[in-house]
Amino acid sequence: MVRILSQTKSASVNPLKSSQPLGAALAFLGIDGAVPLFHGIQGCTSFALVLFVRHFKEAIPLQTTAMDEVTTILGGSDNLEEAILNLKTRTKPKLIGVCTTALVETRGEDCAGDIADIKLKHAEELAGTEIVLANTPDFSGALEEGWAKAVSAMIEGITRHGEQARQSKKIAILPGWHLTVADIEHLREMVESFGLQPVILPDVSGSLDGTVPDHWVPTTYGGTSIEDIRELGAAEHCIAIGEHMRHPAEVLQKMTGVPYVLFESLTGLEGADQFFSLLSAISGESVPASVRRRRAQLQDALLDGHFHFGGKKIAIAAEPDQLYQLATFFTGMGSEVAAAVATTDMSKVLGRVPAASIQIGDLSDLEALAGGADLLVTHSHGRQASQRLGIPLMRVGFPVFDRLGSQHKLSILYQGTRDLVFEVANMFQANRHAPTPEKLDPFRKQETQDGARSSPLTGH
Amino acid sequence: MTSLSAKIQDVFDEPACDKNRGKDAKARKEGCSKPLTPGAAAGGCAFDGAKIVLQPITDVAHLVHAPLACEGNSWDNRGAASSGPTLWRTSFTTDLTELDVVMGQGERKLFKAIREIKEAYAPPAIFVYSTCVTALIGDDIEAVCKRAGEKFGLAVVPVNAPGLAGSKNLGNKLAAEALLEHVIGTVEPDDAGPYDINILGEFNLSGEFWLVKPLLDRLGIRVRACIPGDARYLDVASAHRARAAMVVCSTALINLARKMEERWDIPFFEGSFYGITDTSEALRNIAELLVKKGADPEILARTEALIAEQEAIAWKKLEAYRRRLQGKRVLLNTGGVKSWSVVHALMEIGIEIVGTSVKKSTLEDKERIKQILKDDNHMFEQMAARDLYAMLSEHKADIMLSGGRTQFIALKAKTPWLDINQERQHPYAGYDGMVELVRQIDLAIHNPIWSQVREPAPWDCQPAVKDEPPSTTSGTASLHALKKFAGTMADDFGEC
Repeated sequence: MVRILSQTKSASVNPLKSSQPLGAALAFLGIDGAVPLFHGIQGCTSFALVLFVRHFKEAIPLQTTAMDEVTTILGGSDNLEEAILNLKTRTKPKLIGVCTTALVETRGEDCAGDIADIKLKHAEELAGTEIVLANTPDFSGALEEGWAKAVSAMIEGITRHGEQARQSKKIAILPGWHLTVADIEHLREMVESFGLQPVILPDVSGSLDGTVPDHWVPTTYGGTSIEDIRELGAAEHCIAIGEHMRHPAEVLQKMTGVPYVLFESLTGLEGADQFFSLLSAISGESVPASVRRRRAQLQDALLDGHFHFGGKKIAIAAEPDQLYQLATFFTGMGSEVAAAVATTDMSKVLGRVPAASIQIGDLSDLEALAGGADLLVTHSHGRQASQRLGIPLMRVGFPVFDRLGSQHKLSILYQGTRDLVFEVANMFQANRHAPTPEKLDPFRKQETQDGARSSPLTGH
Repeated sequence: MTSLSAKIQDVFDEPACDKNRGKDAKARKEGCSKPLTPGAAAGGCAFDGAKIVLQPITDVAHLVHAPLACEGNSWDNRGAASSGPTLWRTSFTTDLTELDVVMGQGERKLFKAIREIKEAYAPPAIFVYSTCVTALIGDDIEAVCKRAGEKFGLAVVPVNAPGLAGSKNLGNKLAAEALLEHVIGTVEPDDAGPYDINILGEFNLSGEFWLVKPLLDRLGIRVRACIPGDARYLDVASAHRARAAMVVCSTALINLARKMEERWDIPFFEGSFYGITDTSEALRNIAELLVKKGADPEILARTEALIAEQEAIAWKKLEAYRRRLQGKRVLLNTGGVKSWSVVHALMEIGIEIVGTSVKKSTLEDKERIKQILKDDNHMFEQMAARDLYAMLSEHKADIMLSGGRTQFIALKAKTPWLDINQERQHPYAGYDGMVELVRQIDLAIHNPIWSQVREPAPWDCQPAVKDEPPSTTSGTASLHALKKFAGTMADDFGEC
């Protein structure tokens, strides 16, 4: 059983987390015609915007209610109203996703009440624009929580309540935030290959996939349509990916009766097998030849790749679901998770992470625990630790600002797992340490056995 | 908060700011923060501004007293360079949780955080930044810093610039106030000399100050403190013994310069290292100020000799680009590197300026730009994203020079773009920097991708965009064939 070690430091050093409103905004960015709106100081938005842009290399629609000292004292409802009306006239969005910040939450503002009033007061003006609220103070949670809250809020606020006539081929899919554009595109293709019609919420593959529109669009262009969210209850089945998507899936089930299946991870042969079996069962179709072929390719990748993974020590820092996804992938290849750091102890999935212990903490914790590891796995901010420790860094999650194309990296199902195997094996091969007489000297080895890497004999 | 309000009033009433001088008494009292439009605002907060000004001090631990977002979403994101210490790139925050906020544990957590940092990193100083939430719940960071400083025997500097106080620019100035109140003048240097200067508001982005410093070295001028680029705490603490100062980014740190003049009699001038004439003018001004303060006047002649030599080299290097860049149209859209001097140098080699934003320019700058461009229509305060996109889509400029914020407007309009703000990859200061800027413009404009991305897919029936003819490469023949093909399609199907 994994031990969860809580944080004891007062100074967080090199944060692992990105803030909760950022997670919510990311979810809203997966909706067609959306603008996320941070309710707070303009700086909150500015920092989030810069981080998004550095990661996605895209223009990101993100706005602020621009509170200041006076409105902080008097209350921010006027700013919220003005911001919503301004956004409506300037950008004509189909969705305004309001994300609260620490400031308005510390003030204890009744944002839900404010939004209800605004909608009532300006019903005509705001027609055709959904306004959804996610309560996401920066002082709790991180991306997972923010993303999940935004998805729950969209289902609660937009999806038609009550049991609907089910469309037998329609599948609702609620992916976690850590699925990339490539993951979602692949997921859709795979589901469609069974003759099913997936509705994916949110769908960043349509909005953050780096395309070049032929005219200027001030909102997101692409993503889940509001109409699809409204009709989500007509799905035959719901598939949620990642433990943090359990709540949104439960909300949908409670509202509309659509049953859900939750996959903790779609990476690895087993998870993928279960996923495709489920699709086969739902659709009544047999697994297509192309999928079978991909499975065979993964089998072969496991065979070719396992040489490089066996006995390797991996240090991972990530939010709980991604930590689980990666830790199970590495242990499934014969590696050991020597250090695991997570952002929160609130997720149930942590108990199933294949590691001796999980430190709740930051990247300085990772750096302290990762001595002797063969690979660091975290986002781009791990670059300093990687440099200081001299251990290669595999960039995953958010933010990845010093490498291109992170959105187009596939990491799920047979094909994504195959790609991951190759990526990691290649990193090991690129960082191979040539044998030297000193390293192999049996007497020297006996002296330094403890502090050594996984094995001084395995130079590769 | 009252002391903060007083400080804000104080920095807003800046006699050395010519915008401020131009206002009447009433307008001056209202300060220079413009009310923001909710839902249509862009830009950072006061905390952002304070951090930008102070964080490049390389050996200091910068501790942000806040919930996660303020630091967690923004650390290690600027390209200032250090010649030694790396501590400034390590991120420290109290990462306040809901429990901390509700239980009022902020001050205790801050105190403990200071201790942990002191024990683990032993920095010469810790800068503590207040933020919206910690200001709102009333954490007294000044008291905590004072107590921690006494207890741990190191400089613990409160930086009181919470985001809600106002704009990024206000934060710049509040950061300067923190330096004046707690840092500058606290250490007496034992090596003060007649050729010591301070450079204020230079951030050493991409290490660009290192393109300038050797010029000063050559003249025997010592940079006592460059604030903040590549600065060490002790340099800043003993900066009051410099003989003269140059303010590089005047909108950020003018208050620092003026107050240092008042307090320690350090005369200053506003200048820039961007562009050839500006760089020369800056060197000249530095030498003159030093002579006024008692340095040997022979430095003036040496300075002129160096300027003549370096200018000749730079112009010669630039001349090589004339053939490739003559008649190219540049749109400048940024707050940073866009003084009249850059405009001047670009025009000197035949580049046309089709527009320049003057949002952050001084009145003097605007006057000069007006003279050079001979047409006010090319000057604009700010352009809406949509208008900018339209202008670029219609190919009214060959390249836009701007900051990251508008990067994707240019790129999505399939227009060459060059970053000249804080995230830029290349150093542009000094003589070599100007040459580098022109080289980068050349590289960007002439990159072969532009003709590729502008060409529609062969099965789309619009006629091909006839841009520049592709230069002679092996693929030319087939490309021509394709163009022809696309043309035929368009003719055959007419409008569709």
